[in-house]
Amino acid sequence: MKTMKADLQFDFLVNKERNTITIKREFAAKRKLVWDCYTKSELLDRWFAPKPLTTKTKFMDFREGGHWHYAMVEPNGQEYWGRMDYQTIQPIDNYIALDGFCDDTGALNPAFPRSEWHVTFSDVLTRTLVETVVSYASPEALQQVIDMGLKDGLASTLERLDELLLTFN
Amino acid sequence: MENYSASLNNVFHALADPTRRSVIARLGRGPASIKELAEPFGLGLPSFLKHIKVLESNGLIASEKVGRVRTCKLRRENLAAAEKWFGEQRAAWESRYENLDILLTSLKDEDDES
Repeated sequence: MKTMKADLQFDFLVNKERNTITIKREFAAKRKLVWDCYTKSELLDRWFAPKPLTTKTKFMDFREGGHWHYAMVEPNGQEYWGRMDYQTIQPIDNYIALDGFCDDTGALNPAFPRSEWHVTFSDVLTRTLVETVVSYASPEALQQVIDMGLKDGLASTLERLDELLLTFN
Repeated sequence: MENYSASLNNVFHALADPTRRSVIARLGRGPASIKELAEPFGLGLPSFLKHIKVLESNGLIASEKVGRVRTCKLRRENLAAAEKWFGEQRAAWESRYENLDILLTSLKDEDDES
């Protein structure tokens, strides 16, 4: 599991019947500080995109009915725009938001399904546990996102599967 | 709730059995009927059908009945695509949370200095 701090809980759970992914992670910090990192764009810009991508905020209005318009940027400059619409917010306990793909003006791409994020913050002794439940509306929506994300990589995956099958006999 | 690693484990569990591995290897060459698949093993049909059910419930194969013949095929795209995507999602979350660990540490340091 790479360089992760060994004593911080990390769970990644997939529920294929309910089309949800649940991510639980502990952080060695007070809940208010972790909440700030999730809800202030100048802090989100410093961690939200997985490496080697970086995060860039174009607009942030963290309140119910507001949204975060952001890009995840490849080292070569390629931008992937996203939009998180905040539906309910209960500082510093939880928020619910709709994530989705958009363009650099913030216009949502209706071709792609959105996912609903339920993000919950709780104290665990001196640490903070964050539980994120990402839900898709239907198996078809999830399958669509999977298909979209895999167009490029799938051929090589299938080749590896063929190699694997050869070892079965 | 199904754990991602458990779900991969289920796949590996499904593939750990030599009979099921042979079925997958046979279906890798193309669809086949239950009767064709069962023949090499000398198992009773109920025992063999249990293996088919494990493979089917883990999404590794699909079966379809036409008339009196049930034909099985490998769900290779489904299997490979879904497992790869979930693996990528997991890696993405691990990476962003490692970033957040570093940020939280630096914010606490800034706080201590002020």
